[in-house]
Amino acid sequence: MLNASLKGLSAALAQKKISSVELTQLFLNRIEKLNPALNAFITVDAAKSLAQARTADARIAKGGAQPLAGIPVAHKDIFVAKGWLTTCGSKMLSNFTGPYDANVIERFNDAGAVILGKTNMDEFAMGSSTETSFYGPARNPWDQAYVPGGSSGGSAAAVAARMAPAATGTDTGGSIRQPAALSGLSGLKPTYGLVSRYGMIAFASSLDQGGPIAKSAEDLALLLNVMAGFDARDSTSVERAREDYARDLEKPLAGLRIGVPKEHFGEGLAADVGKAVEAALKEFEKLGAKRVPIGLPNSGLSVPAYYVIAPAEASSNLSRFDGVRYGYRAKDSDYVHIADMYARTRAEGFGAEVRRRILIGTYVLSHGYYDAYYLKAQKIRRLIANDFAEAFKLCDLVVGPTTPTVAFKIGAKAANPVQMYLNDIYTIPANLAGLPAMSIPCGFGKDNLPVGLHIVGNYFSEARMLNVAHQYQKATDWHKREPAGIQA
Amino acid sequence: MPLSIDDVRRIAELARIGISDAEARAVQAQLNDIFEMIGRMQKVDTEGVEPMSHAHGSALRLREDKVTEGDQREQFQSVAPQVEAGLYLVPKVIE
Repeated sequence: MLNASLKGLSAALAQKKISSVELTQLFLNRIEKLNPALNAFITVDAAKSLAQARTADARIAKGGAQPLAGIPVAHKDIFVAKGWLTTCGSKMLSNFTGPYDANVIERFNDAGAVILGKTNMDEFAMGSSTETSFYGPARNPWDQAYVPGGSSGGSAAAVAARMAPAATGTDTGGSIRQPAALSGLSGLKPTYGLVSRYGMIAFASSLDQGGPIAKSAEDLALLLNVMAGFDARDSTSVERAREDYARDLEKPLAGLRIGVPKEHFGEGLAADVGKAVEAALKEFEKLGAKRVPIGLPNSGLSVPAYYVIAPAEASSNLSRFDGVRYGYRAKDSDYVHIADMYARTRAEGFGAEVRRRILIGTYVLSHGYYDAYYLKAQKIRRLIANDFAEAFKLCDLVVGPTTPTVAFKIGAKAANPVQMYLNDIYTIPANLAGLPAMSIPCGFGKDNLPVGLHIVGNYFSEARMLNVAHQYQKATDWHKREPAGIQA
Repeated sequence: MPLSIDDVRRIAELARIGISDAEARAVQAQLNDIFEMIGRMQKVDTEGVEPMSHAHGSALRLREDKVTEGDQREQFQSVAPQVEAGLYLVPKVIE
């Protein structure tokens, strides 16, 4: 059961081989056993989860329940959930109980899924390793000395260690795909606007997008079917007809044109990652795809542009944390001015990385620097989006490595922000352009750590991307490997 | 031009984040590294390029002007640091 696909779990529940209460308890036991070492969850509340499971069992008993009914799903602690502690990995929200449900939570609840807990993450989703979490780093189940990636690192560690069948994440510059890659999982960042941002604590609103992390592309399709959809409460939610993202999974790949950007195979790409990705490209050719060389000439500018745009939006979004309406407030003292209360609350409530990014954002938006930084970055953003538009004239998907290296050791990059930022060099362009992108496991590199294959599609081509990933996963078994030592 | 220590203090003040001298010095070095990396943008000719603020264009939806939310004051104030008689309280300050 711990290793089963969502389809398998759904069938087992429908055929009464297991109840949702039993299934939920199974995963809760697994969490109890493994979480003390892996630190993947910030909050677990067995009573709440089991109550939801009992409701799900009643629904299943009536018949005709939806595909995810009764299945426990772990949620990144960035999604506000009613009655659940929702911290966003920060001291600032360490006392914040969700007064309402995020749209994503609402959708899983409506589908009858069970909230299994809230997962660890980089503070306010700012990081690539889960090391900036106020609750301490999550650890990579493949080797606990290594990071699971981030910012959705707790979600990735939870699924990789089979503490959860699936999880949600969010991706602003790679925060679903990078942890999926580093933890041997499949992760999808949908087209910007497909999943509602309502109740998803904001980092950089023009880039933030929620999505699923799971063991296979097929599971991702079932999760996206629940997560995606128009929501009037998110001003950038896209109005589109409902789709079944699993509809094309079984289509053959003959004739598929795979674009391979030379810029993502150059300097900085580790040999072990390059080798695994090259083997995956050969596998796609065997499945009938054609390889097309393409260029993304402005790709190298994505990290600089991102580190202007994302902090600028963050500095504005995080101005709401001032110790007045919710969250942490610095202990009472003899303030001479209300600004002192704000300054101390924000100095104590935010960790170093969040403070750093707020400072960057404040500077690039300040008088006299706006044109040189913010406007310039927005122009570069256009050039990057244009590169993809040109590429998609020649190919159906852009494929390459998700990350330049396999997972790194906890602490290895923590003191060097620029080194840490360069982790997301291949993933950031899709966020800037707003394109859907995913990572699937494609082999192992140094120290037997997983390698991720990055697949970027054109706007709203999720069904096609999932089809391509599923066909690859039918031909290979990388996604079925599990971490040694903690086998389910 | 690299940021001076006074620049860092001024930015922190604008951001309403208290910063000690030792922190300001540590952050100064990190910010200058980051801005050196960001500076690579400046070499690119972007003359005539339309800035992109958003993935799907900038026109936002309008909604009908009607009430959609009920009164949730009590619930929302239950997570506030300090409230009294339905009002948010802040520490006493001398202006």
